[in-house]
Amino acid sequence: MALIQTLDERATFEIEEFLIEEQQKDLLRFSTAGSVDDGKSTLIGRLLYDSRNVYEDHVRAVTRTSGGSAAQVIDFALLTDGLRAEREQGITIDVAYRFFSTARRKFIIADTPGHEQYTRNMATGASTADLAIILVDARKGILTQSRRHAYIAALLGIPRVVAAINKMDLVDYSEEVFDRLSHDFAVLAERVGIASLEAIPISALEGDNVVRGSERMPWYEGPSLLEYLENVEIAGRRADAPFRMPVQRVIRPDQSFRGFAGQIAAGTIQSGDLIVALPSGRTSRVERIVTFDGDLESAAAPLSVTLTLEDELDISRGDLIAAVDGQTAVTNHFAASAVWLHEQPLALHKRYLLKHASHVVPARVRAIRHKVNIETLGTQAATALELNGIGEIEVETDRPILADLYGESRTTGSFILIDPASNATVGAGMIREVLATAVAEEEAPRIVLAGRAAVEELEKRLLEFNYPVVRTRVKDQALLRALLEAKVVVLVETDGPAQVVNRDFLLEPVADASVDGLLAELEVGSGDE
Amino acid sequence: MASATLPEIPVYDNSAPRLSHLRQLEAESIHIFREVASEFEKPVMLYSIGKDSSVMLRLAQKAFYPGPIPFPLLHVDTGYKFREMLEFRDNYTRELGLELLVWRNEGALADGANPVKLGTQRCCGLLKTTALLDALRHYGFDAAFGGARRDEEKSRAKERIYSFRDKAGQWNPKAQRPELWNLYNSRIGPGESIRVFPLSNWTELDIWHYIHLEEIPIVPLYFAKKRRMLVRGDSLIPLEQSFVQGLPGEEQMVKCRLRSLGCSPCTGAIRSDADTLPKIIAELVSFRSSERANRVIDHDQEGSMEIKKREGYF
Repeated sequence: MALIQTLDERATFEIEEFLIEEQQKDLLRFSTAGSVDDGKSTLIGRLLYDSRNVYEDHVRAVTRTSGGSAAQVIDFALLTDGLRAEREQGITIDVAYRFFSTARRKFIIADTPGHEQYTRNMATGASTADLAIILVDARKGILTQSRRHAYIAALLGIPRVVAAINKMDLVDYSEEVFDRLSHDFAVLAERVGIASLEAIPISALEGDNVVRGSERMPWYEGPSLLEYLENVEIAGRRADAPFRMPVQRVIRPDQSFRGFAGQIAAGTIQSGDLIVALPSGRTSRVERIVTFDGDLESAAAPLSVTLTLEDELDISRGDLIAAVDGQTAVTNHFAASAVWLHEQPLALHKRYLLKHASHVVPARVRAIRHKVNIETLGTQAATALELNGIGEIEVETDRPILADLYGESRTTGSFILIDPASNATVGAGMIREVLATAVAEEEAPRIVLAGRAAVEELEKRLLEFNYPVVRTRVKDQALLRALLEAKVVVLVETDGPAQVVNRDFLLEPVADASVDGLLAELEVGSGDE
Repeated sequence: MASATLPEIPVYDNSAPRLSHLRQLEAESIHIFREVASEFEKPVMLYSIGKDSSVMLRLAQKAFYPGPIPFPLLHVDTGYKFREMLEFRDNYTRELGLELLVWRNEGALADGANPVKLGTQRCCGLLKTTALLDALRHYGFDAAFGGARRDEEKSRAKERIYSFRDKAGQWNPKAQRPELWNLYNSRIGPGESIRVFPLSNWTELDIWHYIHLEEIPIVPLYFAKKRRMLVRGDSLIPLEQSFVQGLPGEEQMVKCRLRSLGCSPCTGAIRSDADTLPKIIAELVSFRSSERANRVIDHDQEGSMEIKKREGYF
């Protein structure tokens, strides 16, 4: 009995050690890109299996389905291959997230397909990665797709890249081959703008330099892939980055508390710090940094907190709380790199919804500066951006946003574009340059008179586009002028024919009295102007 | 032809103190809760009473503190849940002052739906999937939080955090919305909805570790104790609402626990001495099979989880 108890206590003691160790682990997110036959699935399967992060029932499942032969062969690629449709086609077609951990670190892998038609999936996986692994087939060298993967890693701002020179077993573990390919890759990295590059010779199939070092490549003295992943400094957030927190929600349980909830996007905040609320530009000081676990003296990205301020500022969702000393560019006009995500190509001047930080604003693409030929990395003129297309665009938003440069803040320098008609996420953008604030064009009419049903439908549609709308039955000029001053769209219910009020405050008939026609009069929705 | 060279990416210094992985996951989940509560008209949290639901609840408390959780909880009760689960559910939600909605497919239960008569697939289909879709439709919820994690099962590895469902509540793995950075697209049409998975990036070990660190209450069935079980081969079959007829000598007292909580007829127990959280975690670390392997339902056919998901299962 005593013996059992002692053993039991020791077991508990060890687990406490383990838990403390667990608690100190940090998190590295990396992406992988590769095509059907460069052994990416095999590499990930091998990484998970050799680091003992695969359950036996999963291994059994892929030993069984690899079928046929009597030998119990584990198909590492099948360990990570996902959906049925993909298994049938034998390829990976969407981003899959995988998890493993070692004694030092937790890892999240964004496993992405590598063909050109999946550029959008690669961009998705890269958007949250701290590091990218790019596979190179040692027999084939730097191919078009290596360039594509390197370019996307640079485009999405992944700080570190590993060139995994794979299939070294098929080139007799040749040092000469590795030297040549790592040199070629370094040239490519410099060309696309990757600052930190590590080349590692591996064989995913045989396990050389994946988890353990390889006796078959004594000439290589660097770390195995896993050793590198475990030890590399995570290119972290700068402590001195200017503070940024998009306000997600105002928390107001009663009259005595009014807090602004958000996840810190960059920098550090302390109670007493001077802040500015954007876009209003009003300043105040941080009173408290509130969390469920008690108030904090200071907090840094990426913590989620709730701030209370010393003064009563009118702040709501979509606003941004920033350090006063940080440079902030509030603008409605900027240039951005864009990846197009949808079958329907990017259309100039069409109204999209732009989601940036915690707000959504109507926006239009005013110009496509060029598109990138991802095979040659050259640029060319373009009038549209197709699915998987990458280019540089100029965007104009209806309301100003805080446009941080993506190279300085991935969170507040990125945005997505949504098509309000289909609700699809159609584009992703990275802000590269702030442009002179666009001057509003000649204004479209903002008052419509129409029947009740049309007014109801119009109101619904306008709200979908995030327009401020007021419905009224009162045709009083003073009231209508006041509403116009408040920059709202006014819908007046009338029994007469549909009409709009022009800038001179005169009634004008409309050519097309349908809801779509009225929206066109208001210059709302799709189509060129 | 000009060259598409990008501005060089700075490799930042590492001077900022780094959060542990659990605090990073926590911050990310809180962000998701706040986004959904702010962008949807009528969100709900799917509450399954299990450990993942317990973690979701704690994260939701943190997200809106010092305010209350601004949405109700929905439990889809199959009628075959363990008594200890229901007791825990009622006590814990009352203690936290939460609004709890319970939905059962009463029609199917009145017709005597059970896993032996219908088979586990059809039984799950009626008592879980149909009941869930009916409940969401009945209340008009436009967003529903679920506790699914990407590490659970292969088809879930590709699930988005915001998972779009069509008017029939179904998931189309080929038409998922791209999800970049932490910018979630919450736009939906009438009758469509989004399932939201704030624990997407947590692993089973993360969940247990967090429960331990945060001292989060969980159902006692997770802890090992001597329980009366039907012992057949390697299987430990709970006696509560069992459809398995015991043979002489099969009924025994065994020290065991449940690794995941499902319906009593379809959930097997495992032999275990783990009666504390550290011991459960120690056991988990030494485990060599995934948690869902203990659920009878996933053995029906290869890819069965994906089929269920397409039909609207969580």
